[in-house]
Amino acid sequence: MAGKTSYERVKAARSADRPTGFDYVNYIFSDFVELHGDRRFGDDAAIVGGIARLSGRPVTVIAIEKGHTTRDRMARNFGMPHPEGYRKALRLMQQAEKFHRPVICFVDTAGAYCGIGAEERGQGQAIAENLVAMSGLKTPILSVLIGEGGSGGALALAVADRVWMLENAVYSVISPEGCASILWKDAARAEEAASCLKLTAHDALEMGITEEVIPEDQLGTPAFYDDLAYKLTQALASLDDLTVEQLVAARYVRFRNIGQP
Amino acid sequence: MQLPQFLKPKNELEAGGRQSVPVHRDENEMTKQCPNCRRQVPLSLLWSRHNTCTCGYHFRMNARQRVNFLTDEGSFQELDHDLVGEDVLGFPGYPAKLETTRSATGEVEAVLCGTARINGEPCCLFVMDPYFMMGSMGWAVGEKITRLFEYATEHGMSVVGCTVSGGARMQEGLVSLMQMAKTSAALRRHSDAGLFYLVLLTDPTTGGVMASFAMDGDVILAEPGATIGFAGARVIEQTVRKKLPQGFQKAEFLLEHGFVDAVVDRSEQRETISLLLNLHRGGGV
Ligand SMILES: [Zn+2]
Repeated sequence: MAGKTSYERVKAARSADRPTGFDYVNYIFSDFVELHGDRRFGDDAAIVGGIARLSGRPVTVIAIEKGHTTRDRMARNFGMPHPEGYRKALRLMQQAEKFHRPVICFVDTAGAYCGIGAEERGQGQAIAENLVAMSGLKTPILSVLIGEGGSGGALALAVADRVWMLENAVYSVISPEGCASILWKDAARAEEAASCLKLTAHDALEMGITEEVIPEDQLGTPAFYDDLAYKLTQALASLDDLTVEQLVAARYVRFRNIGQP
Repeated sequence: MQLPQFLKPKNELEAGGRQSVPVHRDENEMTKQCPNCRRQVPLSLLWSRHNTCTCGYHFRMNARQRVNFLTDEGSFQELDHDLVGEDVLGFPGYPAKLETTRSATGEVEAVLCGTARINGEPCCLFVMDPYFMMGSMGWAVGEKITRLFEYATEHGMSVVGCTVSGGARMQEGLVSLMQMAKTSAALRRHSDAGLFYLVLLTDPTTGGVMASFAMDGDVILAEPGATIGFAGARVIEQTVRKKLPQGFQKAEFLLEHGFVDAVVDRSEQRETISLLLNLHRGGGV
């Protein structure tokens, strides 16, 4: 809806009633085969990945999953990935590159997890590695922000040829609460901070950070998923015209131009 | 060439302990208290030791000091000195904050970029500044570093980067987040060209800088005692509700966990970096 304030959108993006990553995987793709593990340390349930078909074509799908029930949400660490989640995503992206499959990511996270183990196992290094790998990945990448886009933890799955945002998705360098406590030493002023941060899909569209804002009028209905499946199929078809060199060069320019005065 | 660090005698601290190192001071001289050994250290002594205490504690350096310390005299040719960004979000207080920071530091932005020689070895160099909004990365910082990598790629040169940063610059919102992707893409091209990139992590290197070009070096060195991490210690403590382990997120902790190649004392940095540059001479494809 058009009239929402920034903070209302933050609340909508965080709502437990929203479809989660797995819902998109289930309703948009067919023949999904989930693939687990980073081959280094473990398997992170906060990131789901595998191979599936989109309109008949094999693609690699990676989704951050928050879970629906309390138990599921805890098991998935509320969608806050550990390094092994990012490394699993990297492994699947490199596998996609090998087999010339496009990569489609669904992003929904408050941020990469802030914990002792996450730091010990190189949370920052895992994100850094994904940014480098994605910037040069020789296969198309589409990323859709479906809820929260929490800073580097979201960007690690969004260095893509097309980045789309749902109407009530938000994308930010810091949470409004974090921003308010740094700025005014008062996390309660998050509402004010949210509007300062320009974190809505329409703000991102204006800054050239997203190409498209996906309406939510029919969010979660079959028509919604069909429409998104169609858009994704069309986007991949438009990228098929490019050589791998053109594709990677265009991705470079896409990020090179953001924020240029 | 000096001996590698591991063959050298142990440092003064281990040899004699804190109290045994004499500090001669003139009553009239300005001093600075060392947060490690608590002594009042005369500034002249501190400066003769490149801003390190006799106990081994490494004080921070501003970017200009570090460039002067690392590079051969007169060799630093600065690039993009005047490059500035915009207040893209119209963020409250940001232009004023930039202005006071500029007049306090005499610098235009939180990173210095240029070409230089280190012990005769040519390189492209970027040095971040802890005193300029804690080295935070907005558009201009990301752009300067990106341009430096592009310059280095074009000219077939190695890049040496000294990082210090609280992370992405909140006041530029999403545009600052995107600098992580932009710099990563530029250094990827540099790397694909077969060129060498060395990082020196200094205190503190955290957040979005740590989670991008700080962790992407072919070789990653760190200063002793530097705090290096993705998330802030206080945030982690609040999240996990546990006391953090001793030395958590220090350079030595990252060495132990396999995320840095070596912790290098400031007195050895010129030697170590120039040796590594020399070992990568003739790079490029
Ligand atoms: Zn001391």
